Amino acid sequence: MKQRLAALLGLALFLGAWELAPLLTPGAHALLPVPSQLPGAFWREFQNGVWLACVGASLSHYLIGLGVGVALGVAAGVATGVLPPLEWMTAWITRILRPIPGLAWIPFAILWFGVEEKAAVFIIAIGVFWIVYFSAHGAIRNVDRDLIEVAAAFGFRTSWEKLVKVQFPASLPGILVGVRTSLGQAWMAVVAAELFGVAGLGQRMNQASSLLATDIVVVYMLTMAALYGLIDMAFIFAQSRLLTWKA
Amino acid sequence: MEGVMAPLIEIEGLALGYEHDGAHVAVLERLDLTITRGEFIAILGASGVGKSTLLRVLIGLAAPSAGALRFDARSDCAMALVFQDARLLPWRRVEANVALGLEKMKLSKAERHIRALDALRGVGLENYAERFPHQLSGGQRQRVALARALAVQPDLLLMDEPFSALDAPTRQRLQDDLLELWRETGKTVLFVTHDIDEAVYLADRVIALGGQPGEVRASITIDVARPRRRADQRLRDIASLVETKLRSE
Repeated sequence: MKQRLAALLGLALFLGAWELAPLLTPGAHALLPVPSQLPGAFWREFQNGVWLACVGASLSHYLIGLGVGVALGVAAGVATGVLPPLEWMTAWITRILRPIPGLAWIPFAILWFGVEEKAAVFIIAIGVFWIVYFSAHGAIRNVDRDLIEVAAAFGFRTSWEKLVKVQFPASLPGILVGVRTSLGQAWMAVVAAELFGVAGLGQRMNQASSLLATDIVVVYMLTMAALYGLIDMAFIFAQSRLLTWKA
Repeated sequence: MEGVMAPLIEIEGLALGYEHDGAHVAVLERLDLTITRGEFIAILGASGVGKSTLLRVLIGLAAPSAGALRFDARSDCAMALVFQDARLLPWRRVEANVALGLEKMKLSKAERHIRALDALRGVGLENYAERFPHQLSGGQRQRVALARALAVQPDLLLMDEPFSALDAPTRQRLQDDLLELWRETGKTVLFVTHDIDEAVYLADRVIALGGQPGEVRASITIDVARPRRRADQRLRDIASLVETKLRSE
């Protein structure tokens, strides 16, 4: 209870300071929108349908990019974790490609896919891919050898059987840690990918800031925070259902 | 009953070693052992003598470097192994853990369910089917591991120091439960242990392994009627005999 009160008080102080800050400098209103402007700004965006369209477009980029990145990252991480020759073969490829940030791929994304949804999905998926790849690879490699031996003792001798019966379920918690990290990472990529013109939150923020409609920029910043919070909560819920076996 | 005295497995001249720093380290050498159907054999020996290795070779987890294993031609000699630690799969509920080996067989889901529950009933844990391993005590976990092995209805049950990690009262209770199950099912049991009293109390025959590499030092038949009492003087005497055999160089 005390904790909650303190949390609310902290938030109230923050909003109060934010509201009053522009009063110190005349003419600062154009530079920093105050909290009391935001409900109105949100309502205008919502009523003319822009908000919903932007959220829908960005969510779709986000979910598809996340899905593609997670699927490929898990598949590649598991494959190189289980098959040493594949890991040796990809060691240098990984070392070269891994440090390149998703944003550096923007020129190629535009060249290959145009200023289209696919380009945004591509950039989001790249960032997600590496996070999930390393978590899946590490988790698979660290599975208890004794448990793999149990599977073998009960007749599951092929790599595929061992993977399905033991290695994959055993590494699921580790894989999910990577997926959760990528939930946040992917939102950053959404904004970046849309800043170059694909329709969505990022593009709308870019338009608004060029018109100095900073209140609208903040509305979308908070929208993103709220979406991330909701998705993270849903993820935590799903994860606890998947991992009921954890003590 | 026909075939009761038939050998289930004949092990002849079994040897196994591994390469370490370019040198060959022999774990087992020229090991001969005949296992009769229905027999309860205890393999006794100090650690590092190759007891566990023998079980691993039998179930096919390790390949011998020499020697022959001859199985009774009339059965495919299904085997199941109980490890020292229960090694349950933590993400599976108890019933699904017991059903692990059944998933390798051509059984319907309903048949697997029935057989897994039967096996759980055998170890007195039918009410724990929905639990996760972390919700069980050490003794219960080892019972589940035993049920998992029994569920595949093996001809030969291999046990690798299965009770050594348990406290004494739990260990004794599981020993008695194992004997009861053995009596009911007529399984052949190969029970590895380093505990002489345990070996003598449980087995029809104790095989003492010794040396480096391991070889059979003695094969001692325990001619004491069942049910046995732990404090039986004859068992005490046999235990001392086994101990001298193990020590003799």
